[in-house]
Amino acid sequence: MNVIETSGLGKRYRQTWALRECTLAIPAGHVTALVGPNGAGKTTLLNLGVGLATPTAGVVTVLGGVPAGSPAALDGIAFVAQDMPLYKPLSVADMLHLTRNLNRRFDQGYALARLGELGIPLKRKAGKLSGGQQAQLALTLALARRPRLLVLDEPLANLDPLARHDFMATVMATVAEHGMSVVLSSHVLAELERVADYLILVSGGRVQVADEVDSLLSTHRILTGPASDARTREELMVVHERRAEAQAHLLVRTSGPTDPVPPGWEAHPVSLEELVLAYLREPGAAALPGPARTNNAAPTEVAR
Amino acid sequence: MTAMATPAQPAPEARLRPVPWRGMTWVSWRQHRSALAGLVAVLGAAGLYLYITGMQIRHEVPVMGEMFTMSQTKLTLTPIAALFQILPALIGAFVGAPVLARELETGTFRYTWTQGFGRERWAAAKLAQIAVAVTVLAGVFGFLFSWCYEPIIGVRQGLSPLMAITFDLRGVAFAGWALVAFAIGVLAGILIRRVVPAMFATLAAWSGLAVVTGVFLRPHYETPLVTRGFNLPSAAWVMSQRWTLHGKPVSLTAVSQVLQKIGAQEVAPGVFGPTSPASGQASGNSAAFGPGGAWRSAPTYLLHHGFTQLTSYQPASRFWPFQWIEGGWLLALSVLLIAATIWLVRRDAA
Repeated sequence: MNVIETSGLGKRYRQTWALRECTLAIPAGHVTALVGPNGAGKTTLLNLGVGLATPTAGVVTVLGGVPAGSPAALDGIAFVAQDMPLYKPLSVADMLHLTRNLNRRFDQGYALARLGELGIPLKRKAGKLSGGQQAQLALTLALARRPRLLVLDEPLANLDPLARHDFMATVMATVAEHGMSVVLSSHVLAELERVADYLILVSGGRVQVADEVDSLLSTHRILTGPASDARTREELMVVHERRAEAQAHLLVRTSGPTDPVPPGWEAHPVSLEELVLAYLREPGAAALPGPARTNNAAPTEVAR
Repeated sequence: MTAMATPAQPAPEARLRPVPWRGMTWVSWRQHRSALAGLVAVLGAAGLYLYITGMQIRHEVPVMGEMFTMSQTKLTLTPIAALFQILPALIGAFVGAPVLARELETGTFRYTWTQGFGRERWAAAKLAQIAVAVTVLAGVFGFLFSWCYEPIIGVRQGLSPLMAITFDLRGVAFAGWALVAFAIGVLAGILIRRVVPAMFATLAAWSGLAVVTGVFLRPHYETPLVTRGFNLPSAAWVMSQRWTLHGKPVSLTAVSQVLQKIGAQEVAPGVFGPTSPASGQASGNSAAFGPGGAWRSAPTYLLHHGFTQLTSYQPASRFWPFQWIEGGWLLALSVLLIAATIWLVRRDAA
């Protein structure tokens, strides 16, 4: 089952396409990281998935074929938007009661226990909580709905390192306990490496990379060798090239860890952060399962 | 503690029970109780004033008769009644406009509209509940105003219950105007998505509608009656008046000149009075009809000389038909505006 599936999905605001021709499938049972530069269309994609926005072109379905925004979709998906919108004049207890009234399921016991653990007073107004506490409250409200899919838009953006850690620890504990799927967008690459097991890289409104993290890491490596060796470079699928004097550092895509290393070159494993940065620097490159786009431009292009 | 539902079983949509409506009542109440409390406070204070004034009027009118129009109570009530005219606009701006504009401005719609309840149902429930509260409160105020003003109507000729100064504050019209102001407010809120601009837009749109209604619509709810003599019923709402001499239109100046000869002038449509005593004596023409009281026979005098007055008017007896017509179309318009708002909520958000 795919928790989010899109086909030719596009969204235009006035004259500008925020997302276009986006075709992807996010499989269930993963913590999926959605990364990309600012303005890449991450928030638009998530808004379309949770039904806040309606597509200008194409289709988006969730939870195995349910139309986004339909009653069944709303019931099974909890969304925590950027900046954690809460009713600031309402108390924590009121926010709980509100969420309970607006949903078929609400695990009040879980929510109270969780807030107690976090030391968040029920009588405090939501607007008077610290940034980290507001994030935890928004997350608790979402998790108490017992969603099958949790969607988080830039949840870590305004949190200090400790709050980030606590926030993601709560998410991961729930994933381990209830097997819910998670899709989150984030800029914080280091944090993603610890939690995400599926990666989608969006850039310029298009999907550039979409695969399991393990598979991406095993099919990419860094080769270090003589910069003058142009022939070898042409035979490889080079995503990104960095030169230091006579040495060239290539991030290449391989068919697997057993791929032979070309003579005169040295191979190193790649970290998720390096891999993401390499693709972000090369918006023309793509690593997609199934038919990949066949672009023509850059020499660093990887086609299939 | 709520029992936890079993997760991860893809439930067919058909079996999915919608979230019950009743939870929404608490949500609306919790989020808008301060706005409704403000409304109750303002209408309550105005209502208290009307109650006290109404009691005073009931003491003063039987004693003072026509002189009541000069009493302190009446002189205070008139400007305050004019002030009450803007109450519906304030309801629209302060109760209606923020309902959706605040959600959109602060981003909380991203939270609320992704809950299981569904955003169209959320909007429908919330708007219907607040609309009913606003209409009921305004209705109570409207009938209190009617009660307060009742003894004054007809005390002096020429003051029609259909005239704009009090018509829209009385009966069902006030509730209609408050409801339509609320509906304009919520629509402005979803269109403009910002609280303060939506409030100003509401004030402007409501005022425009009120002026257009008073000037162009209300005079035509029913075809005006026309009288040719000088038998205009008291408290009629005069639409237009013209004079003819032997069947041909004649200017008001010509009529005035004729009336001057007997020391009379028209003080209100179809109502005649003496010119000021000084000018009457100076002209000396009053002698023809005897001194002093000659102006009283002005209608006979005019008819005798071939003058006819054509007056088209709405009789005071049409007060309630007019109230129901105005209340009815305002209700229909409000339902339309609220439906459009819900449609906009459903259509797109982010």
